[in-house]
Amino acid sequence: MADTSFQLKGSVVTTFILELYQYSREDFTQQLKDKISQAPEFFLQSPVVISLEKFAGENIDFLELVDVCRQFELQPMAFKAVDARFEATIKKTGLPLLSDTATRAVNNASVAPAPQKVEAESEESEYRKSKVITRPVRSGQQVYAEGGDLIILSQVSEGAEVLADGNIHIYGSLRGRALAGIKGDTSARVFCQKLDAELISVAGHFILSDSLDSALQGQAVQVYLDEQTLHVAAV
Amino acid sequence: MAEIIVVTSGKGGVGKTTTSAAIGSGLAIRGHKTVIIDFDVGLRNLDLIMGCERRVVYDFVNVLNQEANLNQALIKDKRNPNLYILPASQTRDKDALTQEGVQTVLNELSESFEYIICDSPAGIEKGAQMALYYADQAIVVTNPEVSSVRDSDRILGILQSKSLRAETGAEPVKEHLLLTRYNPARVEDGEMLSVEDVVEILAIPLVGVIPESEAVLKASNQGEPVIFDESADAGQAYSDTVARLLGEEVDFRFLEAGKKGFLKRLLGAR
Repeated sequence: MADTSFQLKGSVVTTFILELYQYSREDFTQQLKDKISQAPEFFLQSPVVISLEKFAGENIDFLELVDVCRQFELQPMAFKAVDARFEATIKKTGLPLLSDTATRAVNNASVAPAPQKVEAESEESEYRKSKVITRPVRSGQQVYAEGGDLIILSQVSEGAEVLADGNIHIYGSLRGRALAGIKGDTSARVFCQKLDAELISVAGHFILSDSLDSALQGQAVQVYLDEQTLHVAAV
Repeated sequence: MAEIIVVTSGKGGVGKTTTSAAIGSGLAIRGHKTVIIDFDVGLRNLDLIMGCERRVVYDFVNVLNQEANLNQALIKDKRNPNLYILPASQTRDKDALTQEGVQTVLNELSESFEYIICDSPAGIEKGAQMALYYADQAIVVTNPEVSSVRDSDRILGILQSKSLRAETGAEPVKEHLLLTRYNPARVEDGEMLSVEDVVEILAIPLVGVIPESEAVLKASNQGEPVIFDESADAGQAYSDTVARLLGEEVDFRFLEAGKKGFLKRLLGAR
């Protein structure tokens, strides 16, 4: 029997999203050139998904758009959030159409690994607003800070749940549940003024009240992930 | 415009109706024209506590359904001319309450009353939500034990998210904590949560502490709100609460256990 030739796996790859607002060949070419000249190494052979979510214009020559991208060594791999009226034209480019909810990509040998350049940081770090809550979060309530930090200037009651994609800061008692980095950010932390939590989680690693060091109960603490282990430390 | 005050708790049996009757009567005694509405459709109790159960002809649901007008359904208290009761229907359920209907009734009452006390049913479902929806202030009745405290916390969350004031982004409902069935001796023995514990957990201002008292049960059974019993500690504590609601500063009483005599202490009697 022959050895297995391949295996299909679901995976998540890092790509750029090129969010198109409007298109004219000249402007687009010039602006893309300017952008890429800032960090040519970084963009070299980068896979890119073209999102039409915010595209307001009429039908354009999408094949030309793809060509322009390729001229600059970008690798358009799909279109996303495509309005029905563009579908026919886009199919001519031979690129797949992704649903607009999630950008799901199948692992592909030609996909470059996430670039490690310093410029990557500056390109990707985008300012995100924190969510600020000034009143107590009560039992049965749930507060979620999507895409950023959650700052609570009051208490989180038993039976309440606070979640954030980033860090969670609680300037009061934490008696409920706090889940930071829920989309997988392992560098996220939970800070609280007075620890009395039911559960604390960072990027899916959690700790229950039973396993909290009793010496830290009622103390100001931070909770962070290090080497897959959750640490609770006084601050 | 009347001030609408909801008396709520989440948990049942903590003293909402007793409190509604006492606070409503207390406001009336102080000369404010007050109406108490029983929102506990299907489990009518306020009429018993107020001692007017034999005078109920039409009720809140009849008014909502326009089967009777407000004046026919309002029961005038025999003790105080400023006090009226709008009883709940005993034969219906909470589905009889509609938001528009409740609003119409409250608007009409607002024209002639200074205070409208809404006696909420237990729970967090429709009846309780209707009772608190139009509130300007909320008295959260809590017993010094953990399940009552948690339920109060839950109802505070609902006040913050599902009241008209929350939905329209107006100034939030003014919240007051009322601790009932407080037994200082049992607090000292560590059997009950203390005032400080409850205030810390719920983080809202304390408006009153009502001591556990035999006078409350007696008052309920006689159909006379406990606030009319001036000799009872619970009656006095409710009077203090009404004064605080009206903005007066009154020291808290009945927070300390009464001194036990030497002999009693020796014999371990309570």
